[in-house]
Amino acid sequence: MTEEIIIAGFGGQGVLSMGKILAYAGMMQNKEVSWMPSYGPEMRGGTANVTVILSDERISSPILNKFDTAIILNQQSLDKFENSVKKGGIMIYDPSGITSHPTRTDINIYTVEAADEAAKQNFKKGFNMYILGAFLKLKPVIEPAFMRKGLEKSLPSRHHHLIPENEKAIERGKEILKAKYIISTPLN
Amino acid sequence: MEEELTRESICQQENLVYSRTPLMTPKALSYCPGCGHGTAHRLIMEVIEEMNLQSQTIGVAPVGCSVLAYDFLDIDMQQAAHGRAPAVATGIKRLLPDKFVFTYQGDGDLAAIGTGETIHACNRGENICIFFVNNGIYGMTGGQMAPTTLPNMKTATSPYGRDVVSMGYPLKITEMIAMLPGTCFVTRQSVHTPANVRKTKKAIQKAVQCQLDKKGLSFVEIVSNCNSGWKMTPLESNKWMEENMFPVFPLGDIKVPKP
Amino acid sequence: MEDIKLMKGNEAIAEGVIRAGCDGYFGYPITPQSEVLEYLMMARTEERTGMVVLQAESEIASIHMVYGGAACGKRVMTSSSSPGISLMQEGISFMAGTELPCLLLNVVRGGPGLGTIQPSQSDYFQAVKGGGHGDYKLIVLAPASVQEMYDFAKLGFDLAFKYRIQVMVLSDGAIGQMMEKVVLDEQIPRQTNEEIIKNHPWATSGKTPDRERNIITSLDLDPVKQEKINIHLQEKFKRITENEVRFETLMCDDVEYLFVAYGSSARVCQKAIQLGREKGLKVGLLRPITLFPFPYDEVAKLAKQVKGILCVEMSAGQMIEDVRLGANGAVKVEHFGRLGGIIPAPDEVLNRMEEIFISKNNYGRGTN
Repeated sequence: MTEEIIIAGFGGQGVLSMGKILAYAGMMQNKEVSWMPSYGPEMRGGTANVTVILSDERISSPILNKFDTAIILNQQSLDKFENSVKKGGIMIYDPSGITSHPTRTDINIYTVEAADEAAKQNFKKGFNMYILGAFLKLKPVIEPAFMRKGLEKSLPSRHHHLIPENEKAIERGKEILKAKYIISTPLN
Repeated sequence: MEEELTRESICQQENLVYSRTPLMTPKALSYCPGCGHGTAHRLIMEVIEEMNLQSQTIGVAPVGCSVLAYDFLDIDMQQAAHGRAPAVATGIKRLLPDKFVFTYQGDGDLAAIGTGETIHACNRGENICIFFVNNGIYGMTGGQMAPTTLPNMKTATSPYGRDVVSMGYPLKITEMIAMLPGTCFVTRQSVHTPANVRKTKKAIQKAVQCQLDKKGLSFVEIVSNCNSGWKMTPLESNKWMEENMFPVFPLGDIKVPKP
Repeated sequence: MEDIKLMKGNEAIAEGVIRAGCDGYFGYPITPQSEVLEYLMMARTEERTGMVVLQAESEIASIHMVYGGAACGKRVMTSSSSPGISLMQEGISFMAGTELPCLLLNVVRGGPGLGTIQPSQSDYFQAVKGGGHGDYKLIVLAPASVQEMYDFAKLGFDLAFKYRIQVMVLSDGAIGQMMEKVVLDEQIPRQTNEEIIKNHPWATSGKTPDRERNIITSLDLDPVKQEKINIHLQEKFKRITENEVRFETLMCDDVEYLFVAYGSSARVCQKAIQLGREKGLKVGLLRPITLFPFPYDEVAKLAKQVKGILCVEMSAGQMIEDVRLGANGAVKVEHFGRLGGIIPAPDEVLNRMEEIFISKNNYGRGTN
């Protein structure tokens, strides 16, 4: 198993931390992991992205231009990474704020209205957890017990009391995932 | 008949009133006759000997006339790159805080190329001693303008005199670093008369004691002559120093240690 | 139980030096390596091992603080990124001249000038061929993973003291910023001052009556003596060349088309090999781990076996000069690289190999 993921959005949306939680959880589940962020001034407000790889084997390149899954949180990132999804791969995006939607017909496209849900649940900080849940619904590469360990590892201990709320958001994310475009016959 | 005076008859134990400080090596000093460096070296070594610090001392030599100071001082020494002695001394003192650590620097080294290292070591209050010999000129490289060269003073690179409009003013770095809370004792002395030599030795003793008491950085400037660079005889240069250097660089304590 | 952590490359080497018994770190912040100093400050090293960590006023001050500490026989280091390493060259040359051991980390970013903060490999010449003034070499270690960032802390110090030489870990922004799993070792105790006096009799520790004074200087105005010092240095570099070459080969048993790459580029090439092998291409990788000493013999051996060598670097082609020296005309050696902070993509690298050596077929051998 190797899962190559790009997560991209604005700084402050929890892009890097979502990747970190996945990487920690993967590590706790005894997988090989890599977490390669974009870094620099753009982290401080502009766009941010991170490549996360989870694998049962030694990871070759931590830097990729084709991904199994793209998790997209803003328009710029959608424009930038739509063509970087492998044929037959997956794109998950939050449609809020998106005016120009993906058009590819050789990948599976899903939406998750995480921003709306986070507002509705009054848990805006949990925005990225709804997204993460949606991803895990489609790619159950991490078992829930290890997800919890990943949260424990990546969150500072003063935030550990928020873990149950985060887990709830992950579960909710699985429910609010919607298929937008599914390729009729699986490629490959 | 009077006894004939010979070298042997004079050099008798009972006649000795002055001897080489044991912490100075037998090697002949390479400084020009009349230069103040030799006296400054000797005073520091006398104090280290009297305070029984040889086995605790690590000195840092600069680039400049005293680049070869380690040839004359019988202590462990490191030779630093031009201007970097306070950084080197910081590295030593931070890793060996119980050792006695000093730098010995000239004006070009300390107040031009090493200004940053000097100010920041002082500002951090590194618990070291800086002995700063200021003769207003680059001696070793052949008499070029230094940051402390006086206005209108002629040097190889200010042959018509230091024009302050284009070449700037003499840098009073000692007054500058005295303003920093990290320094505990800042003084300006000279070694051109026996009385001044005695005062300078006292200042060096006080600086060393400050370090042993972990009070912060002590800074002893020694205004000195450079008779070769100034193109004067030693006596002329001392007179010129009194008349011209001291008004710009007045002698005395600038900051005294808190009790 | 194994102590495993998920860490950034910069954090891993910081933890690595603490555990390797480092006595002192002196550094100045610069992207993309500031996490080294941040991690060390956060780790409360003074309480943990007694290690001194100091933020200096500049890279110049940092390297000369390292000089002062190293001359006392201490295990000391600094880290920076390209522009800062340029500033440090004075001190590095002085340490070469005085044979002071130390660990240097360059988390390379694109240049010249202020350049970019994105990863690059354009400091190869500076690290391996040049740097400061005078005839000297650094041992240069090129990590390709976060684990190696960690491992090379201890290896670097060991080599530095074995040969009294400066060891540079030549990393880049990608390795520094990415997180991977790291297996951590037990803490190695720092050397006591008594051990240092015994093991490093050259160190300045205060002259005692039982020995002559120790002097650390790179100056000798007598050219005959200065030549002797230089010959001594060259003999040391020769011993290092004979004993310390390190490299890794992947898929090289039946290789026909060889990638040579180090650091991040080697990771990209690993993926390119996977993609190539899926297409039935016999591609493989030689990854130099020491850039000085360079694995010339391994390049020479493989050059006789393969139909083409593609040297992949995030530069305009610097290591390729060493690869060509090693190949010595036995096979064509070509360059592929991206500049200015761009990391090449695996398929881009493979395509280039195919374009140059495979699709046009048999124009490779012996035409270099």
